[in-house]
Amino acid sequence: MASAESSAIAGLRRRGALDAGTATVWLVLLGAAIFLLIGCLRSTAFAGYTIQGLALGSVYGSLALALVLVYRATHVINFAQGELAMLTTYIAYQLMQWGLSYWVAFAATLAIAFALGTLLQVTLIRPVQHRSVIAVVIVTVGLFILIDGIVNWIWGADFKVLQSPFGFASFDVGGVAIPHKDVWVIGVVLVSVLLVWGLFRFTKVGLGMRAAALRPAAAALVGVRVDSMLAIGWGLAAVLGAVAGLMAEPFQFSLSPTFMQPILVYAFAAAVLGGLESPAGALVGGLAIGVTLTLIVGYVPQIGAELQTPFAFAVLLLVLLVKPTGLFGRREVRRV
Amino acid sequence: MTALLELEDVEARYGPVHVLHGISLAVAEGSVVTVLGPNGAGKTTTLRAVSGTVRRSGSIRFAGRSLQRVGPDGAARLGIAHVPEGRGTFSELTVSENLRLGAYTRRGSIQPELERVFSYFPFLSERRRQQAGTLSGGEQQMLALARAFVLRPRLLLLDEPSLGLAPVLVAELFRIVRELNEKEGLTVLVVEQNAHLALQAADAGYVLEAGRVVLSGSSAELRADDSIRRSYLGY
Repeated sequence: MASAESSAIAGLRRRGALDAGTATVWLVLLGAAIFLLIGCLRSTAFAGYTIQGLALGSVYGSLALALVLVYRATHVINFAQGELAMLTTYIAYQLMQWGLSYWVAFAATLAIAFALGTLLQVTLIRPVQHRSVIAVVIVTVGLFILIDGIVNWIWGADFKVLQSPFGFASFDVGGVAIPHKDVWVIGVVLVSVLLVWGLFRFTKVGLGMRAAALRPAAAALVGVRVDSMLAIGWGLAAVLGAVAGLMAEPFQFSLSPTFMQPILVYAFAAAVLGGLESPAGALVGGLAIGVTLTLIVGYVPQIGAELQTPFAFAVLLLVLLVKPTGLFGRREVRRV
Repeated sequence: MTALLELEDVEARYGPVHVLHGISLAVAEGSVVTVLGPNGAGKTTTLRAVSGTVRRSGSIRFAGRSLQRVGPDGAARLGIAHVPEGRGTFSELTVSENLRLGAYTRRGSIQPELERVFSYFPFLSERRRQQAGTLSGGEQQMLALARAFVLRPRLLLLDEPSLGLAPVLVAELFRIVRELNEKEGLTVLVVEQNAHLALQAADAGYVLEAGRVVLSGSSAELRADDSIRRSYLGY
Protein backbone atom coordinates (compact mmCIF):
# COMPACT_ATOMS: atom_id res chain seq x y z
CA MET A 1 0.00 0.00 0.00
CA ALA A 2 1.45 3.32 -1.12
CA SER A 3 0.50 5.36 1.91
CA ALA A 4 1.50 2.75 4.49
CA GLU A 5 4.96 4.15 5.01
CA SER A 6 4.01 7.81 5.27
CA SER A 7 1.15 6.97 7.61
CA ALA A 8 3.51 4.99 9.84
CA ILE A 9 5.74 8.04 10.11
CA ALA A 10 2.76 10.24 10.83
CA GLY A 11 1.73 7.77 13.53
CA LEU A 12 5.14 7.95 15.15
CA ARG A 13 5.07 11.73 15.07
CA ARG A 14 1.69 11.77 16.70
CA ARG A 15 2.98 9.52 19.42
CA GLY A 16 6.04 11.72 19.80
CA ALA A 17 3.82 14.73 20.35
CA LEU A 18 1.82 12.78 22.89
CA ASP A 19 5.00 11.81 24.71
CA ALA A 20 6.18 15.41 24.90
CA GLY A 21 2.89 16.34 26.58
CA THR A 22 2.86 13.49 29.10
CA ALA A 23 6.60 13.60 29.81
CA THR A 24 6.16 16.66 32.02
CA VAL A 25 3.42 14.89 33.96
CA TRP A 26 5.60 11.85 34.55
CA LEU A 27 8.50 14.09 35.65
CA VAL A 28 6.25 15.85 38.16
CA LEU A 29 5.01 12.51 39.50
CA LEU A 30 8.55 11.16 39.69
CA GLY A 31 9.65 14.30 41.54
CA ALA A 32 6.78 13.92 43.99
CA ALA A 33 7.67 10.25 44.57
CA ILE A 34 11.34 11.12 45.24
CA PHE A 35 10.29 13.92 47.61
CA LEU A 36 8.05 11.51 49.54
CA LEU A 37 10.74 8.82 49.64
CA ILE A 38 13.41 11.18 50.99
CA GLY A 39 10.94 12.60 53.50
CA CYS A 40 10.02 9.10 54.70
CA LEU A 41 13.69 8.14 55.13
CA ARG A 42 14.50 11.28 57.12
CA SER A 43 11.51 11.47 59.43
CA THR A 44 9.36 8.77 60.97
CA ALA A 45 6.51 11.24 61.46
CA PHE A 46 6.62 12.12 57.75
CA ALA A 47 6.59 8.40 56.88
CA GLY A 48 3.56 7.86 59.11
CA TYR A 49 1.65 10.71 57.49
CA THR A 50 2.58 9.47 54.02
CA ILE A 51 1.31 5.95 54.68
CA GLN A 52 -1.91 7.19 56.19
CA GLY A 53 -2.23 9.55 53.22
CA LEU A 54 -1.82 6.67 50.80
CA ALA A 55 -4.50 4.67 52.62
CA LEU A 56 -6.96 7.58 52.63
CA GLY A 57 -5.94 8.40 49.08
CA SER A 58 -6.75 4.90 47.87
CA VAL A 59 -10.25 5.35 49.31
CA TYR A 60 -10.62 8.67 47.43
CA GLY A 61 -9.16 7.02 44.34
CA SER A 62 -11.66 4.18 44.48
CA LEU A 63 -14.62 6.56 44.66
CA ALA A 64 -13.01 8.75 41.98
CA LEU A 65 -12.74 5.68 39.77
CA ALA A 66 -16.46 5.07 40.25
CA LEU A 67 -17.12 8.65 39.09
CA VAL A 68 -14.84 8.16 36.08
CA LEU A 69 -16.58 4.92 35.05
CA VAL A 70 -19.96 6.66 35.00
CA TYR A 71 -18.52 9.75 33.34
CA ARG A 72 -16.89 7.77 30.54
CA ALA A 73 -20.11 5.90 29.85
CA THR A 74 -22.60 8.75 30.05
CA HIS A 75 -20.53 11.98 30.19
CA VAL A 76 -22.27 12.87 33.40
CA ILE A 77 -20.99 13.19 36.95
CA ASN A 78 -23.04 11.05 39.31
CA PHE A 79 -23.53 13.37 42.27
CA ALA A 80 -25.15 10.52 44.21
CA GLN A 81 -22.06 8.27 43.98
CA GLY A 82 -20.95 9.15 47.52
CA GLU A 83 -24.42 8.72 49.02
CA LEU A 84 -24.79 5.41 47.22
CA ALA A 85 -21.52 4.33 48.88
CA MET A 86 -22.90 5.53 52.23
CA LEU A 87 -26.08 3.51 51.73
CA THR A 88 -24.16 0.33 50.89
CA THR A 89 -22.00 0.82 53.99
CA TYR A 90 -25.21 0.97 56.08
CA ILE A 91 -26.33 -2.22 54.35
CA ALA A 92 -23.05 -3.86 55.43
CA TYR A 93 -23.69 -2.58 58.96
CA GLN A 94 -27.19 -4.08 58.92
CA LEU A 95 -25.93 -7.44 57.62
CA MET A 96 -23.40 -7.54 60.45
CA GLN A 97 -26.13 -6.64 62.94
CA TRP A 98 -27.96 -9.72 61.69
CA GLY A 99 -24.91 -11.79 62.57
CA LEU A 100 -22.87 -12.09 59.40
CA SER A 101 -19.10 -11.92 59.79
CA TYR A 102 -17.27 -8.90 58.34
CA TRP A 103 -15.96 -10.50 55.16
CA VAL A 104 -19.21 -12.31 54.38
CA ALA A 105 -21.08 -9.03 54.85
CA PHE A 106 -18.40 -7.33 52.72
CA ALA A 107 -18.92 -9.74 49.80
CA ALA A 108 -22.71 -9.64 50.12
CA THR A 109 -22.62 -5.83 50.17
CA LEU A 110 -20.62 -5.70 46.94
CA ALA A 111 -23.16 -7.99 45.27
CA ILE A 112 -26.04 -5.86 46.54
CA ALA A 113 -24.23 -2.71 45.38
CA PHE A 114 -23.90 -4.14 41.89
CA ALA A 115 -27.59 -5.00 41.74
CA LEU A 116 -28.54 -1.60 43.15
CA GLY A 117 -26.34 0.35 40.71
CA THR A 118 -27.73 -1.59 37.75
CA LEU A 119 -31.30 -1.16 38.96
CA LEU A 120 -30.89 2.60 39.45
CA GLN A 121 -29.49 3.01 35.95
CA VAL A 122 -32.39 1.07 34.41
CA THR A 123 -35.19 2.69 36.41
CA LEU A 124 -34.02 6.28 36.92
CA ILE A 125 -31.27 7.14 34.45
CA ARG A 126 -32.33 5.29 31.31
CA PRO A 127 -35.64 7.14 30.90
CA VAL A 128 -33.92 10.56 30.87
CA GLN A 129 -30.59 9.52 29.37
CA HIS A 130 -31.35 10.69 25.84
CA ARG A 131 -33.04 13.93 26.86
CA SER A 132 -30.15 16.06 28.07
CA VAL A 133 -27.10 16.03 30.29
CA ILE A 134 -28.82 18.43 32.69
CA ALA A 135 -31.76 16.06 33.09
CA VAL A 136 -29.44 13.22 34.11
CA VAL A 137 -27.51 15.48 36.50
CA ILE A 138 -30.75 16.57 38.15
CA VAL A 139 -31.80 12.95 38.55
CA THR A 140 -28.48 12.16 40.28
CA VAL A 141 -28.92 15.16 42.59
CA GLY A 142 -32.44 13.93 43.37
CA LEU A 143 -31.03 10.49 44.06
CA PHE A 144 -28.56 12.07 46.50
CA ILE A 145 -31.45 13.58 48.47
CA LEU A 146 -33.57 10.44 48.20
CA ILE A 147 -30.84 8.14 49.54
CA ASP A 148 -30.09 10.59 52.34
CA GLY A 149 -33.75 10.57 53.34
CA ILE A 150 -34.09 6.81 53.18
CA VAL A 151 -31.01 6.18 55.32
CA ASN A 152 -32.12 8.71 57.94
CA TRP A 153 -35.56 7.12 57.94
CA ILE A 154 -34.35 3.53 58.36
CA TRP A 155 -31.27 3.90 60.54
CA GLY A 156 -31.61 7.39 62.05
CA ALA A 157 -29.01 10.15 62.11
CA ASP A 158 -27.08 8.93 65.15
CA PHE A 159 -23.64 7.34 64.87
CA LYS A 160 -23.32 3.61 64.26
CA VAL A 161 -20.21 1.54 64.71
CA LEU A 162 -19.11 -1.00 62.15
CA GLN A 163 -16.86 -3.68 63.67
CA SER A 164 -13.91 -3.50 61.30
CA PRO A 165 -11.57 -6.50 61.55
CA PHE A 166 -8.40 -4.48 61.03
CA GLY A 167 -7.80 -3.68 64.71
CA PHE A 168 -5.53 -1.00 66.11
CA ALA A 169 -2.21 -2.85 66.02
CA SER A 170 0.71 -1.64 63.95
CA PHE A 171 3.68 -3.07 62.12
CA ASP A 172 7.00 -1.58 63.10
CA VAL A 173 9.17 -0.89 60.07
CA GLY A 174 12.45 0.83 60.99
CA GLY A 175 10.82 2.83 63.77
CA VAL A 176 7.79 3.79 61.68
CA ALA A 177 4.49 2.51 63.04
CA ILE A 178 2.36 1.34 60.16
CA PRO A 179 -1.20 0.52 61.29
CA HIS A 180 -2.56 -2.81 60.03
CA LYS A 181 -5.65 -0.87 59.04
CA ASP A 182 -3.75 1.25 56.49
CA VAL A 183 -2.16 -1.79 54.88
CA TRP A 184 -5.51 -3.61 54.69
CA VAL A 185 -7.28 -0.61 53.17
CA ILE A 186 -4.61 -0.08 50.52
CA GLY A 187 -4.61 -3.82 49.75
CA VAL A 188 -8.40 -4.17 49.47
CA VAL A 189 -8.70 -1.11 47.22
CA LEU A 190 -5.83 -2.25 45.00
CA VAL A 191 -7.29 -5.74 44.59
CA SER A 192 -10.75 -4.38 43.71
CA VAL A 193 -9.32 -1.89 41.24
CA LEU A 194 -7.17 -4.57 39.61
CA LEU A 195 -10.19 -6.87 39.27
CA VAL A 196 -12.26 -4.14 37.63
CA TRP A 197 -9.34 -3.22 35.37
CA GLY A 198 -8.92 -6.87 34.36
CA LEU A 199 -12.61 -7.13 33.60
CA PHE A 200 -12.41 -4.15 31.24
CA ARG A 201 -9.13 -5.18 29.68
CA PHE A 202 -9.46 -8.91 29.17
CA THR A 203 -13.11 -9.92 28.95
CA LYS A 204 -15.61 -9.69 26.15
CA VAL A 205 -18.09 -7.83 28.33
CA GLY A 206 -15.32 -5.39 29.21
CA LEU A 207 -14.56 -4.81 25.54
CA GLY A 208 -18.27 -4.28 24.86
CA MET A 209 -18.47 -1.79 27.72
CA ARG A 210 -15.51 0.18 26.45
CA ALA A 211 -16.96 0.21 22.93
CA ALA A 212 -20.38 1.29 24.21
CA ALA A 213 -18.79 4.14 26.18
CA LEU A 214 -16.59 5.32 23.30
CA ARG A 215 -19.06 5.16 20.40
CA PRO A 216 -22.53 3.90 21.30
CA ALA A 217 -23.91 3.97 17.75
CA ALA A 218 -20.98 2.06 16.26
CA ALA A 219 -21.03 -0.39 19.17
CA ALA A 220 -24.70 -1.18 18.52
CA LEU A 221 -23.87 -1.87 14.86
CA VAL A 222 -21.44 -4.65 15.82
CA GLY A 223 -24.08 -6.17 18.09
CA VAL A 224 -23.21 -4.70 21.52
CA ARG A 225 -26.32 -4.15 23.66
CA VAL A 226 -25.42 -0.61 24.61
CA ASP A 227 -28.14 -0.12 27.24
CA SER A 228 -27.14 -3.27 29.13
CA MET A 229 -23.50 -2.18 29.04
CA LEU A 230 -24.35 1.19 30.60
CA ALA A 231 -26.34 -0.56 33.34
CA ILE A 232 -23.42 -2.91 34.08
CA GLY A 233 -21.15 0.15 34.17
CA TRP A 234 -23.34 1.74 36.85
CA GLY A 235 -23.28 -1.55 38.76
CA LEU A 236 -19.48 -1.70 38.72
CA ALA A 237 -19.25 1.96 39.76
CA ALA A 238 -21.53 1.20 42.71
CA VAL A 239 -19.27 -1.75 43.66
CA LEU A 240 -16.18 0.49 43.66
CA GLY A 241 -18.14 3.05 45.67
CA ALA A 242 -19.13 0.35 48.16
CA VAL A 243 -15.46 -0.59 48.58
CA ALA A 244 -14.66 3.10 49.15
CA GLY A 245 -17.44 3.40 51.75
CA LEU A 246 -16.44 0.27 53.65
CA MET A 247 -12.78 1.28 53.61
CA ALA A 248 -13.50 4.89 54.58
CA GLU A 249 -15.44 3.87 57.69
CA PRO A 250 -12.41 2.71 59.75
CA PHE A 251 -10.88 6.20 59.39
CA GLN A 252 -14.03 7.85 60.70
CA PHE A 253 -14.50 5.27 63.46
CA SER A 254 -18.23 5.62 63.00
CA LEU A 255 -21.01 5.65 60.50
CA SER A 256 -23.35 8.58 59.96
CA PRO A 257 -25.54 9.60 57.02
CA THR A 258 -23.13 12.40 56.08
CA PHE A 259 -19.88 10.48 56.37
CA MET A 260 -19.25 10.15 52.61
CA GLN A 261 -19.91 13.79 51.74
CA PRO A 262 -16.41 15.19 52.30
CA ILE A 263 -14.98 12.08 50.66
CA LEU A 264 -17.08 12.73 47.56
CA VAL A 265 -15.51 16.19 47.34
CA TYR A 266 -12.01 14.68 47.55
CA ALA A 267 -13.01 12.11 44.94
CA PHE A 268 -14.25 14.90 42.62
CA ALA A 269 -10.92 16.67 43.04
CA ALA A 270 -9.07 13.40 42.42
CA ALA A 271 -11.09 12.58 39.30
CA VAL A 272 -10.61 16.07 37.84
CA LEU A 273 -6.91 16.02 38.73
CA GLY A 274 -6.58 12.71 36.92
CA GLY A 275 -8.38 13.98 33.85
CA LEU A 276 -11.97 12.70 34.36
CA GLU A 277 -11.66 10.26 31.45
CA SER A 278 -8.71 8.34 32.84
CA PRO A 279 -9.13 5.45 35.32
CA ALA A 280 -5.40 5.44 36.14
CA GLY A 281 -5.58 9.21 36.55
CA ALA A 282 -8.41 8.90 39.08
CA LEU A 283 -6.35 6.52 41.19
CA VAL A 284 -3.16 8.61 41.01
CA GLY A 285 -5.24 11.73 41.68
CA GLY A 286 -6.79 10.08 44.73
CA LEU A 287 -3.41 9.09 46.16
CA ALA A 288 -2.01 12.59 45.48
CA ILE A 289 -4.93 14.31 47.23
CA GLY A 290 -4.79 11.86 50.15
CA VAL A 291 -1.07 12.27 50.78
CA THR A 292 -1.10 16.05 50.29
CA LEU A 293 -4.06 16.54 52.65
CA THR A 294 -2.58 14.30 55.35
CA LEU A 295 0.81 16.04 55.20
CA ILE A 296 -0.78 19.50 55.37
CA VAL A 297 -2.99 18.53 58.30
CA GLY A 298 0.04 16.92 59.99
CA TYR A 299 2.49 19.77 59.56
CA VAL A 300 0.25 22.83 59.49
CA PRO A 301 -2.26 22.06 62.24
CA GLN A 302 -3.49 25.69 62.10
CA ILE A 303 -5.10 24.86 58.76
CA GLY A 304 -6.10 21.61 60.33
CA ALA A 305 -9.01 19.42 59.63
CA GLU A 306 -11.47 22.27 59.11
CA LEU A 307 -9.94 23.58 55.90
CA GLN A 308 -9.38 20.21 54.22
CA THR A 309 -12.50 20.36 52.10
CA PRO A 310 -11.89 23.92 50.86
CA PHE A 311 -8.37 22.79 50.02
CA ALA A 312 -9.77 20.02 47.83
CA PHE A 313 -11.94 22.61 46.10
CA ALA A 314 -8.86 24.78 45.56
CA VAL A 315 -7.14 21.85 43.84
CA LEU A 316 -10.22 21.32 41.67
CA LEU A 317 -10.31 24.98 40.65
CA LEU A 318 -6.58 25.11 40.00
CA VAL A 319 -6.69 22.06 37.73
CA LEU A 320 -9.64 23.42 35.79
CA LEU A 321 -7.87 26.77 35.33
CA VAL A 322 -4.34 25.58 34.59
CA LYS A 323 -4.71 22.16 32.93
CA PRO A 324 -8.37 21.30 32.29
CA THR A 325 -7.41 17.90 30.86
CA GLY A 326 -5.83 16.90 34.18
CA LEU A 327 -2.78 14.70 34.51
CA PHE A 328 -3.79 11.92 32.14
CA GLY A 329 -6.74 13.37 30.26
CA ARG A 330 -6.47 13.78 26.54
CA ARG A 331 -8.03 16.37 24.39
CA GLU A 332 -10.18 14.61 21.84
CA VAL A 333 -8.22 14.17 18.68
CA ARG A 334 -9.91 12.20 15.99
CA ARG A 335 -8.77 11.44 12.52
CA VAL A 336 -11.54 11.89 10.00
CA MET B 1 -32.41 -16.23 -7.76
CA THR B 2 -33.86 -15.64 -4.33
CA ALA B 3 -33.70 -12.29 -2.63
CA LEU B 4 -31.75 -12.25 0.64
CA LEU B 5 -32.91 -8.73 1.37
CA GLU B 6 -36.17 -7.21 0.21
CA LEU B 7 -37.42 -3.69 0.87
CA GLU B 8 -40.98 -2.81 -0.02
CA ASP B 9 -42.35 0.68 0.22
CA VAL B 10 -39.97 1.67 3.02
CA GLU B 11 -40.35 5.15 4.48
CA ALA B 12 -38.09 6.84 7.02
CA ARG B 13 -37.83 10.22 8.64
CA TYR B 14 -35.54 12.14 10.99
CA GLY B 15 -37.95 14.02 13.21
CA PRO B 16 -40.12 16.06 10.84
CA VAL B 17 -37.84 15.52 7.84
CA HIS B 18 -39.16 12.86 5.50
CA VAL B 19 -36.16 11.20 3.85
CA LEU B 20 -37.39 7.98 2.25
CA HIS B 21 -40.69 8.11 0.35
CA GLY B 22 -41.36 4.44 -0.29
CA ILE B 23 -38.21 2.64 -1.38
CA SER B 24 -38.47 -0.84 -2.88
CA LEU B 25 -35.40 -2.86 -3.74
CA ALA B 26 -34.11 -6.43 -3.67
CA VAL B 27 -30.65 -7.87 -3.14
CA ALA B 28 -30.14 -11.41 -4.42
CA GLU B 29 -28.12 -13.81 -2.29
CA GLY B 30 -24.49 -13.81 -3.40
CA SER B 31 -24.71 -10.59 -5.38
CA VAL B 32 -23.22 -7.11 -5.10
CA VAL B 33 -25.81 -4.36 -5.42
CA THR B 34 -25.05 -0.66 -5.44
CA VAL B 35 -27.20 2.32 -4.56
CA LEU B 36 -26.36 5.50 -6.47
CA GLY B 37 -27.73 8.99 -6.34
CA PRO B 38 -26.95 12.61 -5.47
CA ASN B 39 -26.33 13.89 -1.95
CA GLY B 40 -29.45 13.87 0.15
CA ALA B 41 -31.21 11.28 -1.99
CA GLY B 42 -31.55 8.92 0.97
CA LYS B 43 -28.79 6.43 0.18
CA THR B 44 -27.33 6.36 3.68
CA THR B 45 -30.80 6.32 5.21
CA THR B 46 -31.67 3.25 3.13
CA LEU B 47 -28.79 1.36 4.77
CA ARG B 48 -29.78 2.72 8.17
CA ALA B 49 -33.32 1.51 7.62
CA VAL B 50 -32.02 -2.01 7.01
CA SER B 51 -29.79 -2.09 10.12
CA GLY B 52 -32.47 -0.45 12.26
CA THR B 53 -30.51 2.71 13.14
CA VAL B 54 -33.37 4.90 11.96
CA ARG B 55 -37.11 4.66 12.53
CA ARG B 56 -38.81 3.27 9.47
CA SER B 57 -42.08 1.85 8.22
CA GLY B 58 -42.89 -0.48 5.36
CA SER B 59 -41.68 -4.01 4.90
CA ILE B 60 -38.04 -5.05 5.24
CA ARG B 61 -37.43 -8.77 4.94
CA PHE B 62 -34.06 -10.42 5.48
CA ALA B 63 -33.75 -14.13 4.68
CA GLY B 64 -37.53 -14.38 4.82
CA ARG B 65 -37.74 -12.69 8.20
CA SER B 66 -39.24 -9.30 8.96
CA LEU B 67 -36.79 -6.76 10.39
CA GLN B 68 -39.59 -4.47 11.51
CA ARG B 69 -38.87 -4.82 15.23
CA VAL B 70 -35.14 -5.42 14.97
CA GLY B 71 -32.69 -2.78 16.22
CA PRO B 72 -29.02 -2.39 15.26
CA ASP B 73 -27.67 -4.94 17.74
CA GLY B 74 -30.37 -7.41 16.69
CA ALA B 75 -29.48 -6.90 13.03
CA ALA B 76 -25.84 -7.69 13.81
CA ARG B 77 -26.99 -10.86 15.56
CA LEU B 78 -28.91 -11.91 12.44
CA GLY B 79 -25.75 -11.55 10.35
CA ILE B 80 -26.02 -8.04 8.94
CA ALA B 81 -22.73 -6.12 9.15
CA HIS B 82 -23.12 -2.39 8.62
CA VAL B 83 -20.00 -0.33 7.98
CA PRO B 84 -21.40 3.18 8.50
CA GLU B 85 -20.30 6.51 7.07
CA GLY B 86 -17.10 7.49 8.84
CA ARG B 87 -16.34 3.77 9.17
CA GLY B 88 -17.40 3.28 12.79
CA THR B 89 -13.83 2.53 13.80
CA PHE B 90 -13.09 2.65 17.51
CA SER B 91 -10.03 4.84 17.13
CA GLU B 92 -9.09 4.65 20.82
CA LEU B 93 -8.97 0.84 20.75
CA THR B 94 -6.31 -1.33 19.15
CA VAL B 95 -6.66 -2.99 15.76
CA SER B 96 -7.05 -6.37 17.43
CA GLU B 97 -9.76 -5.05 19.79
CA ASN B 98 -11.63 -3.60 16.81
CA LEU B 99 -11.55 -6.99 15.12
CA ARG B 100 -12.73 -8.74 18.30
CA LEU B 101 -15.62 -6.28 18.44
CA GLY B 102 -16.53 -7.21 14.88
CA ALA B 103 -17.06 -10.77 16.09
CA TYR B 104 -18.81 -9.61 19.27
CA THR B 105 -21.99 -11.57 18.61
CA ARG B 106 -20.16 -14.78 17.75
CA ARG B 107 -19.42 -17.49 20.29
CA GLY B 108 -16.24 -19.51 20.50
CA SER B 109 -12.88 -18.93 18.87
CA ILE B 110 -12.60 -16.44 16.04
CA GLN B 111 -9.04 -17.46 15.19
CA PRO B 112 -10.00 -18.93 11.76
CA GLU B 113 -11.81 -15.70 10.83
CA LEU B 114 -8.85 -13.61 12.01
CA GLU B 115 -6.44 -15.63 9.89
CA ARG B 116 -8.73 -15.31 6.91
CA VAL B 117 -8.96 -11.57 7.42
CA PHE B 118 -5.18 -11.27 7.73
CA SER B 119 -4.79 -13.13 4.43
CA TYR B 120 -6.85 -10.39 2.75
CA PHE B 121 -5.33 -7.52 4.77
CA PRO B 122 -1.77 -8.58 5.72
CA PHE B 123 -0.87 -5.15 7.16
CA LEU B 124 -3.50 -5.59 9.90
CA SER B 125 -1.63 -8.56 11.30
CA GLU B 126 1.54 -6.49 11.82
CA ARG B 127 -0.44 -3.71 13.50
CA ARG B 128 -2.62 -5.74 15.82
CA ARG B 129 -1.47 -3.79 18.88
CA GLN B 130 -1.55 -0.36 17.28
CA GLN B 131 -4.28 2.13 18.16
CA ALA B 132 -6.77 2.14 15.30
CA GLY B 133 -6.85 5.96 15.31
CA THR B 134 -3.20 6.06 14.24
CA LEU B 135 -3.92 4.19 11.00
CA SER B 136 -4.24 6.18 7.78
CA GLY B 137 -7.67 6.78 6.27
CA GLY B 138 -7.24 3.97 3.75
CA GLU B 139 -6.04 1.55 6.40
CA GLN B 140 -8.99 2.47 8.61
CA GLN B 141 -11.39 1.71 5.76
CA MET B 142 -9.70 -1.68 5.28
CA LEU B 143 -9.98 -2.27 9.03
CA ALA B 144 -13.68 -1.43 8.90
CA LEU B 145 -14.15 -3.95 6.12
CA ALA B 146 -12.12 -6.55 8.03
CA ARG B 147 -14.12 -5.88 11.20
CA ALA B 148 -17.35 -6.43 9.30
CA PHE B 149 -16.00 -9.60 7.78
CA VAL B 150 -15.02 -11.36 11.04
CA LEU B 151 -18.72 -11.42 11.88
CA ARG B 152 -19.05 -13.84 8.93
CA PRO B 153 -22.08 -11.79 7.88
CA ARG B 154 -24.68 -12.92 5.38
CA LEU B 155 -25.11 -9.34 4.26
CA LEU B 156 -22.59 -6.51 4.24
CA LEU B 157 -23.85 -2.91 4.16
CA LEU B 158 -21.12 -0.54 3.00
CA ASP B 159 -21.65 3.22 3.18
CA GLU B 160 -19.49 5.31 0.85
CA PRO B 161 -16.29 3.33 1.30
CA SER B 162 -14.44 5.64 -1.12
CA LEU B 163 -15.03 8.79 0.94
CA GLY B 164 -11.76 10.63 1.49
CA LEU B 165 -9.58 7.92 -0.04
CA ALA B 166 -7.00 8.19 -2.83
CA PRO B 167 -8.24 6.70 -6.15
CA VAL B 168 -5.65 3.93 -5.97
CA LEU B 169 -6.99 2.83 -2.58
CA VAL B 170 -10.60 3.00 -3.73
CA ALA B 171 -9.82 0.64 -6.62
CA GLU B 172 -8.01 -1.70 -4.20
CA LEU B 173 -10.96 -1.61 -1.83
CA PHE B 174 -13.49 -2.50 -4.51
CA ARG B 175 -11.20 -5.27 -5.75
CA ILE B 176 -11.25 -6.79 -2.24
CA VAL B 177 -15.03 -6.40 -1.93
CA ARG B 178 -15.43 -8.20 -5.26
CA GLU B 179 -13.00 -10.90 -4.11
CA LEU B 180 -14.91 -11.41 -0.85
CA ASN B 181 -18.07 -11.71 -2.89
CA GLU B 182 -16.65 -14.23 -5.35
CA LYS B 183 -14.59 -16.37 -2.97
CA GLU B 184 -16.65 -16.17 0.21
CA GLY B 185 -20.09 -15.72 -1.28
CA LEU B 186 -20.62 -12.49 0.64
CA THR B 187 -23.71 -10.51 -0.33
CA VAL B 188 -23.05 -6.77 -0.45
CA LEU B 189 -25.23 -3.67 -0.59
CA VAL B 190 -22.97 -0.69 -1.21
CA VAL B 191 -23.80 3.02 -1.31
CA GLU B 192 -21.35 4.94 -3.43
CA GLN B 193 -20.64 8.34 -4.98
CA ASN B 194 -18.13 6.92 -7.41
CA ALA B 195 -20.65 5.44 -9.83
CA HIS B 196 -18.03 4.31 -12.28
CA LEU B 197 -16.25 2.01 -9.83
CA ALA B 198 -19.44 0.94 -8.12
CA LEU B 199 -21.04 -0.20 -11.35
CA GLN B 200 -17.88 -2.08 -12.27
CA ALA B 201 -17.95 -4.01 -9.02
CA ALA B 202 -21.71 -4.49 -8.74
CA ASP B 203 -24.07 -6.89 -10.46
CA ALA B 204 -27.02 -4.55 -10.23
CA GLY B 205 -27.83 -1.05 -9.09
CA TYR B 206 -30.57 1.32 -7.98
CA VAL B 207 -30.59 5.06 -8.50
CA LEU B 208 -32.26 7.17 -5.82
CA GLU B 209 -33.44 10.73 -6.11
CA ALA B 210 -35.21 12.63 -3.33
CA GLY B 211 -36.06 9.46 -1.43
CA ARG B 212 -37.44 7.48 -4.34
CA VAL B 213 -36.04 4.84 -6.70
CA VAL B 214 -35.94 6.48 -10.13
CA LEU B 215 -34.07 3.81 -12.01
CA SER B 216 -32.88 0.26 -11.50
CA GLY B 217 -31.32 -2.54 -13.49
CA SER B 218 -28.25 -4.64 -14.01
CA SER B 219 -24.91 -2.83 -14.00
CA ALA B 220 -24.61 -3.23 -17.74
CA GLU B 221 -28.04 -1.70 -18.29
CA LEU B 222 -27.28 1.21 -16.00
CA ARG B 223 -23.92 1.83 -17.63
CA ALA B 224 -25.64 2.00 -21.00
CA ASP B 225 -28.35 4.38 -19.82
CA ASP B 226 -27.91 7.88 -21.21
CA SER B 227 -29.12 9.78 -18.18
CA ILE B 228 -26.82 7.78 -15.88
CA ARG B 229 -23.90 8.40 -18.19
CA ARG B 230 -24.49 12.10 -18.17
CA SER B 231 -25.27 12.55 -14.47
CA TYR B 232 -22.96 10.06 -12.78
CA LEU B 233 -20.34 8.77 -15.17
CA GLY B 234 -19.54 12.05 -16.89
CA TYR B 235 -19.09 10.99 -20.52
